[in-house]
Amino acid sequence: MCATCGCGRAEDTHQHADGTVHSHGHDHHDHGHEHSHGHEHDHSHPHNHSHPHDHSHPHDHDRKGETIRLEREVLERNDRLAERNRGFLAARHVLALNLVSSPGAGKTTLLERTIRDAGRELGIEVIEGDQETSADADRIRAAGAQAVQINTGTGCHLDAAMVAGAFARLKLPLRSTLLIENVGNLVCPALFDLGERAKVVVASVTEGEDKPLKYPHMFRASAVLVLNKIDLLPHVRFDVDRFLANARQVNPRQTVFQVSATRGDGLADWYGWLREQRAAA
Amino acid sequence: MHELGIVQQVIEIVSQECAGRRVRRVVLEIGKLSAVMPDAVRFCFDLAAEGTPVAGARLEIVETPGVGRCRSCGALVELLRPFGRCACDGTDLEWVSGEELKIREMEVA
Repeated sequence: MCATCGCGRAEDTHQHADGTVHSHGHDHHDHGHEHSHGHEHDHSHPHNHSHPHDHSHPHDHDRKGETIRLEREVLERNDRLAERNRGFLAARHVLALNLVSSPGAGKTTLLERTIRDAGRELGIEVIEGDQETSADADRIRAAGAQAVQINTGTGCHLDAAMVAGAFARLKLPLRSTLLIENVGNLVCPALFDLGERAKVVVASVTEGEDKPLKYPHMFRASAVLVLNKIDLLPHVRFDVDRFLANARQVNPRQTVFQVSATRGDGLADWYGWLREQRAAA
Repeated sequence: MHELGIVQQVIEIVSQECAGRRVRRVVLEIGKLSAVMPDAVRFCFDLAAEGTPVAGARLEIVETPGVGRCRSCGALVELLRPFGRCACDGTDLEWVSGEELKIREMEVA
Protein backbone atom coordinates (compact mmCIF):
# COMPACT_ATOMS: atom_id res chain seq x y z
CA MET A 1 0.00 0.00 0.00
CA CYS A 2 1.13 3.48 -0.71
CA ALA A 3 1.87 4.96 2.69
CA THR A 4 1.33 8.52 1.60
CA CYS A 5 -1.99 8.51 -0.22
CA GLY A 6 -3.41 5.32 1.21
CA CYS A 7 -4.30 3.80 -2.13
CA GLY A 8 -3.89 0.12 -2.68
CA ARG A 9 -1.12 0.17 -5.19
CA ALA A 10 2.37 1.42 -5.09
CA GLU A 11 3.05 1.13 -8.81
CA ASP A 12 3.74 4.15 -10.87
CA THR A 13 0.21 4.54 -12.23
CA HIS A 14 -2.87 4.00 -10.13
CA GLN A 15 -6.48 4.99 -9.84
CA HIS A 16 -8.17 6.46 -6.79
CA ALA A 17 -11.73 6.04 -5.51
CA ASP A 18 -12.66 9.48 -6.79
CA GLY A 19 -11.63 8.47 -10.29
CA THR A 20 -8.44 10.42 -10.62
CA VAL A 21 -5.59 8.61 -12.23
CA HIS A 22 -2.08 9.69 -11.70
CA SER A 23 1.39 8.45 -12.08
CA HIS A 24 4.17 9.32 -9.77
CA GLY A 25 7.30 7.71 -8.49
CA HIS A 26 6.21 7.66 -4.86
CA ASP A 27 9.00 9.71 -3.45
CA HIS A 28 6.33 11.77 -1.66
CA HIS A 29 8.55 13.53 0.78
CA ASP A 30 10.58 14.79 -2.10
CA HIS A 31 7.98 16.87 -3.92
CA GLY A 32 5.40 19.39 -2.82
CA HIS A 33 1.81 18.45 -3.55
CA GLU A 34 -0.78 21.18 -3.61
CA HIS A 35 -2.26 20.01 -0.32
CA SER A 36 -4.97 21.92 1.44
CA HIS A 37 -3.29 21.81 4.81
CA GLY A 38 -1.06 24.62 5.95
CA HIS A 39 2.52 24.20 4.86
CA GLU A 40 4.71 27.02 6.06
CA HIS A 41 5.89 27.68 2.54
CA ASP A 42 6.71 31.36 2.27
CA HIS A 43 9.43 30.63 -0.23
CA SER A 44 9.53 29.38 -3.75
CA HIS A 45 10.95 25.99 -4.50
CA PRO A 46 11.12 23.98 -7.62
CA HIS A 47 8.15 21.63 -8.10
CA ASN A 48 9.37 18.81 -10.19
CA HIS A 49 6.30 16.62 -10.32
CA SER A 50 4.30 16.28 -13.45
CA HIS A 51 0.73 15.71 -12.32
CA PRO A 52 -1.09 18.96 -11.76
CA HIS A 53 -4.24 17.97 -9.92
CA ASP A 54 -5.85 18.62 -6.57
CA HIS A 55 -6.10 15.60 -4.35
CA SER A 56 -9.31 15.25 -2.47
CA HIS A 57 -8.60 11.88 -0.92
CA PRO A 58 -7.31 11.62 2.61
CA HIS A 59 -3.56 11.61 2.99
CA ASP A 60 -1.71 9.91 5.74
CA HIS A 61 0.62 12.63 7.03
CA ASP A 62 2.77 10.50 9.24
CA ARG A 63 5.57 10.85 6.72
CA LYS A 64 5.34 14.61 6.54
CA GLY A 65 8.32 16.12 8.35
CA GLU A 66 8.35 18.76 11.02
CA THR A 67 9.52 22.20 9.93
CA ILE A 68 11.71 23.97 12.46
CA ARG A 69 12.54 27.64 12.15
CA LEU A 70 16.22 28.30 12.80
CA GLU A 71 17.05 31.86 11.71
CA ARG A 72 20.71 31.24 12.39
CA GLU A 73 23.57 33.23 10.90
CA VAL A 74 25.73 30.89 8.85
CA LEU A 75 28.94 32.60 9.96
CA GLU A 76 27.85 32.98 13.59
CA ARG A 77 30.73 30.95 14.98
CA ASN A 78 33.34 33.03 13.19
CA ASP A 79 31.54 36.26 14.10
CA ARG A 80 31.41 35.23 17.75
CA LEU A 81 35.11 34.36 17.83
CA ALA A 82 35.94 37.61 16.05
CA GLU A 83 34.08 39.56 18.75
CA ARG A 84 36.04 37.68 21.37
CA ASN A 85 39.28 38.60 19.59
CA ARG A 86 38.13 42.21 19.43
CA GLY A 87 37.51 42.24 23.18
CA PHE A 88 40.89 40.63 23.87
CA LEU A 89 42.63 43.28 21.74
CA ALA A 90 40.65 46.18 23.19
CA ALA A 91 41.54 45.13 26.74
CA ARG A 92 45.21 45.47 25.75
CA HIS A 93 44.66 48.65 23.70
CA VAL A 94 46.16 46.84 20.72
CA LEU A 95 45.39 48.24 17.27
CA ALA A 96 44.70 45.31 14.90
CA LEU A 97 44.49 45.74 11.14
CA ASN A 98 43.64 43.09 8.56
CA LEU A 99 45.67 43.61 5.39
CA VAL A 100 44.21 42.14 2.23
CA SER A 101 45.22 42.24 -1.43
CA SER A 102 45.70 40.09 -4.47
CA PRO A 103 49.01 38.20 -4.52
CA GLY A 104 51.93 40.45 -5.35
CA ALA A 105 50.46 43.86 -4.49
CA GLY A 106 53.24 44.41 -1.98
CA LYS A 107 51.70 43.74 1.44
CA THR A 108 54.81 42.11 2.86
CA THR A 109 57.10 44.81 1.47
CA LEU A 110 54.83 47.48 2.96
CA LEU A 111 54.98 45.70 6.32
CA GLU A 112 58.79 45.34 6.21
CA ARG A 113 59.19 49.01 5.44
CA THR A 114 56.67 50.05 8.09
CA ILE A 115 58.51 47.94 10.68
CA ARG A 116 61.91 49.41 9.73
CA ASP A 117 60.66 53.00 9.74
CA ALA A 118 58.10 53.01 12.54
CA GLY A 119 58.26 49.63 14.25
CA ARG A 120 59.95 50.90 17.38
CA GLU A 121 57.44 53.71 17.83
CA LEU A 122 54.32 51.69 16.98
CA GLY A 123 55.32 48.39 18.59
CA ILE A 124 54.47 46.18 15.64
CA GLU A 125 53.86 42.45 15.66
CA VAL A 126 52.64 40.49 12.64
CA ILE A 127 50.47 37.49 11.89
CA GLU A 128 51.28 36.13 8.44
CA GLY A 129 48.69 34.12 6.57
CA ASP A 130 49.79 32.11 3.55
CA GLN A 131 48.74 28.83 2.06
CA GLU A 132 52.29 27.49 2.33
CA THR A 133 55.83 28.39 3.53
CA SER A 134 57.10 30.60 6.31
CA ALA A 135 58.98 32.86 3.89
CA ASP A 136 56.93 35.94 4.78
CA ALA A 137 57.26 35.47 8.54
CA ASP A 138 61.04 35.12 8.02
CA ARG A 139 61.09 38.43 6.12
CA ILE A 140 59.12 40.13 8.91
CA ARG A 141 61.47 38.81 11.60
CA ALA A 142 64.45 39.96 9.57
CA ALA A 143 62.87 43.42 9.49
CA GLY A 144 62.81 43.36 13.29
CA ALA A 145 59.31 42.39 14.40
CA GLN A 146 57.74 39.45 16.12
CA ALA A 147 55.90 37.26 13.59
CA VAL A 148 53.70 34.18 13.66
CA GLN A 149 53.08 32.29 10.44
CA ILE A 150 49.74 30.62 9.83
CA ASN A 151 49.59 28.21 6.89
CA THR A 152 46.05 27.75 5.72
CA GLY A 153 46.88 24.82 3.41
CA THR A 154 44.15 24.77 0.82
CA GLY A 155 42.21 27.43 2.74
CA CYS A 156 41.91 30.73 0.95
CA HIS A 157 41.53 33.07 3.93
CA LEU A 158 42.30 33.49 7.61
CA ASP A 159 39.44 33.09 10.05
CA ALA A 160 38.89 34.29 13.60
CA ALA A 161 39.82 30.93 15.15
CA MET A 162 43.21 30.90 13.41
CA VAL A 163 43.92 34.40 14.67
CA ALA A 164 42.86 33.45 18.21
CA GLY A 165 45.29 30.52 17.95
CA ALA A 166 48.06 32.89 16.90
CA PHE A 167 47.44 35.11 19.95
CA ALA A 168 48.65 32.22 22.10
CA ARG A 169 51.95 32.16 20.18
CA LEU A 170 52.50 35.93 20.22
CA LYS A 171 53.45 38.35 22.91
CA LEU A 172 51.00 41.20 22.50
CA PRO A 173 52.33 44.08 24.56
CA LEU A 174 49.93 46.77 25.73
CA ARG A 175 49.34 49.57 23.20
CA SER A 176 51.08 47.73 20.38
CA THR A 177 50.07 47.38 16.74
CA LEU A 178 49.09 43.99 15.33
CA LEU A 179 49.23 43.79 11.55
CA ILE A 180 47.55 40.69 10.15
CA GLU A 181 48.60 39.88 6.61
CA ASN A 182 45.79 37.84 5.13
CA VAL A 183 46.15 35.29 2.34
CA GLY A 184 46.59 37.02 -1.03
CA ASN A 185 43.02 36.85 -2.29
CA LEU A 186 40.54 39.63 -2.99
CA VAL A 187 37.42 37.51 -2.56
CA CYS A 188 37.13 35.23 0.45
CA PRO A 189 38.77 37.29 3.22
CA ALA A 190 36.03 39.92 2.75
CA LEU A 191 33.56 37.61 4.50
CA PHE A 192 35.61 36.65 7.53
CA ASP A 193 35.87 39.10 10.39
CA LEU A 194 39.04 38.47 12.39
CA GLY A 195 38.31 40.97 15.16
CA GLU A 196 40.30 43.75 13.49
CA ARG A 197 39.59 47.46 13.80
CA ALA A 198 39.70 47.84 10.02
CA LYS A 199 40.55 46.05 6.83
CA VAL A 200 43.25 47.67 4.72
CA VAL A 201 43.19 46.74 1.05
CA VAL A 202 46.52 47.09 -0.73
CA ALA A 203 46.45 47.54 -4.51
CA SER A 204 49.30 48.40 -6.83
CA VAL A 205 49.73 50.32 -10.06
CA THR A 206 50.80 47.15 -11.86
CA GLU A 207 47.21 45.90 -11.53
CA GLY A 208 44.23 47.17 -13.51
CA GLU A 209 42.35 50.39 -12.68
CA ASP A 210 39.16 48.38 -12.57
CA LYS A 211 40.17 46.24 -9.57
CA PRO A 212 37.65 48.00 -7.26
CA LEU A 213 34.82 47.23 -9.69
CA LYS A 214 35.96 43.64 -10.21
CA TYR A 215 36.32 42.92 -6.49
CA PRO A 216 33.77 45.30 -4.99
CA HIS A 217 33.11 43.26 -1.86
CA MET A 218 36.68 43.65 -0.69
CA PHE A 219 36.91 47.33 -1.55
CA ARG A 220 33.59 47.94 0.16
CA ALA A 221 34.67 46.04 3.28
CA SER A 222 38.01 47.88 3.57
CA ALA A 223 37.97 51.22 5.39
CA VAL A 224 41.45 51.97 4.06
CA LEU A 225 43.00 51.67 0.60
CA VAL A 226 46.75 51.77 0.07
CA LEU A 227 47.77 52.21 -3.56
CA ASN A 228 51.31 50.86 -3.70
CA LYS A 229 54.21 50.98 -6.20
CA ILE A 230 53.51 54.54 -7.33
CA ASP A 231 57.24 54.84 -8.12
CA LEU A 232 56.47 52.65 -11.15
CA LEU A 233 53.87 55.05 -12.59
CA PRO A 234 56.20 56.42 -15.30
CA HIS A 235 56.67 52.88 -16.61
CA VAL A 236 53.15 51.45 -16.57
CA ARG A 237 49.84 52.38 -18.11
CA PHE A 238 47.82 53.10 -15.00
CA ASP A 239 45.39 56.01 -14.66
CA VAL A 240 45.42 56.89 -10.96
CA ASP A 241 42.38 59.18 -11.24
CA ARG A 242 40.33 56.49 -12.92
CA PHE A 243 41.35 53.95 -10.31
CA LEU A 244 40.44 56.31 -7.47
CA ALA A 245 37.10 57.16 -9.09
CA ASN A 246 36.31 53.43 -9.31
CA ALA A 247 37.28 52.94 -5.68
CA ARG A 248 35.12 55.92 -4.66
CA GLN A 249 32.15 54.52 -6.54
CA VAL A 250 32.37 51.28 -4.57
CA ASN A 251 33.33 52.85 -1.24
CA PRO A 252 32.95 56.63 -0.99
CA ARG A 253 34.09 56.59 2.65
CA GLN A 254 37.44 54.94 2.10
CA THR A 255 40.63 56.59 3.39
CA VAL A 256 43.26 56.44 0.64
CA PHE A 257 47.06 56.49 0.76
CA GLN A 258 49.27 56.50 -2.32
CA VAL A 259 52.66 55.06 -1.49
CA SER A 260 55.79 53.40 -2.71
CA ALA A 261 56.89 50.90 -0.10
CA THR A 262 60.30 50.60 -1.77
CA ARG A 263 61.10 54.28 -2.44
CA GLY A 264 59.18 55.66 0.53
CA ASP A 265 56.72 58.04 -1.17
CA GLY A 266 53.59 58.78 0.85
CA LEU A 267 54.58 56.62 3.80
CA ALA A 268 54.63 59.50 6.29
CA ASP A 269 50.85 59.86 5.88
CA TRP A 270 50.37 56.12 6.35
CA TYR A 271 52.46 56.15 9.53
CA GLY A 272 50.53 59.20 10.75
CA TRP A 273 47.26 57.35 10.29
CA LEU A 274 48.63 54.28 12.14
CA ARG A 275 49.75 56.54 14.99
CA GLU A 276 46.29 58.11 15.30
CA GLN A 277 44.53 54.76 15.19
CA ARG A 278 46.81 53.24 17.78
CA ALA A 279 46.21 56.16 20.13
CA ALA A 280 42.47 55.47 19.84
CA ALA A 281 42.76 51.71 20.43
CA MET B 1 36.08 29.59 -3.27
CA HIS B 2 34.70 30.14 0.22
CA GLU B 3 31.33 28.52 -0.49
CA LEU B 4 32.54 25.10 0.66
CA GLY B 5 33.44 26.56 4.07
CA ILE B 6 30.04 28.29 4.18
CA VAL B 7 28.24 25.03 3.37
CA GLN B 8 30.24 23.18 6.04
CA GLN B 9 29.02 25.72 8.60
CA VAL B 10 25.44 25.16 7.44
CA ILE B 11 25.78 21.38 7.75
CA GLU B 12 27.35 21.74 11.18
CA ILE B 13 24.58 23.98 12.56
CA VAL B 14 21.78 21.90 11.05
CA SER B 15 23.36 18.64 12.25
CA GLN B 16 23.39 19.99 15.82
CA GLU B 17 19.86 21.36 15.64
CA CYS B 18 18.26 18.22 14.22
CA ALA B 19 19.21 16.20 17.33
CA GLY B 20 19.77 12.98 15.42
CA ARG B 21 16.63 13.16 13.27
CA ARG B 22 17.04 12.88 9.54
CA VAL B 23 16.96 16.24 7.79
CA ARG B 24 14.79 16.39 4.67
CA ARG B 25 15.03 20.00 3.67
CA VAL B 26 17.16 23.02 4.48
CA VAL B 27 16.15 26.57 3.58
CA LEU B 28 18.98 29.08 3.21
CA GLU B 29 18.61 32.81 2.74
CA ILE B 30 21.39 34.33 0.65
CA GLY B 31 21.42 38.06 -0.04
CA LYS B 32 22.40 39.32 -3.48
CA LEU B 33 25.15 41.42 -1.88
CA SER B 34 26.49 38.69 0.41
CA ALA B 35 29.48 37.63 -1.75
CA VAL B 36 28.18 34.07 -1.71
CA MET B 37 27.12 32.43 -4.97
CA PRO B 38 24.01 30.26 -4.71
CA ASP B 39 25.17 28.00 -7.56
CA ALA B 40 28.45 27.28 -5.80
CA VAL B 41 26.56 26.55 -2.57
CA ARG B 42 24.29 24.11 -4.40
CA PHE B 43 27.32 22.50 -5.98
CA CYS B 44 28.93 21.77 -2.59
CA PHE B 45 25.86 20.89 -0.57
CA ASP B 46 25.32 17.21 -1.37
CA LEU B 47 28.99 16.44 -1.05
CA ALA B 48 29.35 18.22 2.29
CA ALA B 49 26.18 16.56 3.61
CA GLU B 50 27.45 13.03 2.99
CA GLY B 51 27.78 11.00 6.16
CA THR B 52 25.78 13.52 8.24
CA PRO B 53 22.08 13.60 9.22
CA VAL B 54 21.70 16.13 6.38
CA ALA B 55 22.63 13.59 3.68
CA GLY B 56 19.93 13.46 1.01
CA ALA B 57 18.21 16.64 2.22
CA ARG B 58 16.87 19.06 -0.36
CA LEU B 59 18.47 22.49 -0.37
CA GLU B 60 16.26 25.50 -1.02
CA ILE B 61 17.81 28.92 -1.49
CA VAL B 62 15.86 32.14 -1.08
CA GLU B 63 17.70 35.07 -2.62
CA THR B 64 17.09 38.42 -0.96
CA PRO B 65 17.34 41.46 -3.23
CA GLY B 66 19.98 44.10 -2.70
CA VAL B 67 18.63 47.48 -1.63
CA GLY B 68 20.56 50.57 -0.58
CA ARG B 69 19.42 53.86 0.90
CA CYS B 70 21.09 56.92 -0.56
CA ARG B 71 22.83 58.91 2.17
CA SER B 72 22.37 62.12 0.15
CA CYS B 73 18.66 62.08 -0.65
CA GLY B 74 17.24 59.11 1.24
CA ALA B 75 15.88 57.30 -1.82
CA LEU B 76 15.98 53.52 -2.03
CA VAL B 77 18.10 52.08 -4.83
CA GLU B 78 17.99 48.52 -6.11
CA LEU B 79 21.46 47.00 -6.14
CA LEU B 80 22.40 44.15 -8.45
CA ARG B 81 26.07 44.50 -7.52
CA PRO B 82 27.66 45.63 -4.26
CA PHE B 83 27.67 49.23 -5.43
CA GLY B 84 25.37 51.49 -7.38
CA ARG B 85 24.27 55.00 -8.15
CA CYS B 86 21.16 56.80 -6.98
CA ALA B 87 18.99 58.85 -9.35
CA CYS B 88 20.44 61.93 -7.57
CA ASP B 89 23.93 60.71 -8.62
CA GLY B 90 24.85 59.75 -5.05
CA THR B 91 27.04 56.66 -4.61
CA ASP B 92 27.20 56.68 -0.80
CA LEU B 93 24.60 53.99 -0.13
CA GLU B 94 23.70 52.39 3.15
CA TRP B 95 22.74 48.77 2.58
CA VAL B 96 19.31 47.95 3.93
CA SER B 97 18.90 44.50 2.38
CA GLY B 98 20.99 41.94 0.54
CA GLU B 99 23.73 40.97 3.00
CA GLU B 100 21.77 38.07 4.52
CA LEU B 101 23.48 34.73 4.97
CA LYS B 102 21.16 32.73 7.17
CA ILE B 103 19.68 29.31 7.74
CA ARG B 104 15.96 30.05 7.83
CA GLU B 105 14.52 26.65 8.60
CA MET B 106 14.85 22.91 8.25
CA GLU B 107 12.42 20.06 7.89
CA VAL B 108 13.20 16.92 9.88
CA ALA B 109 11.69 13.47 9.60
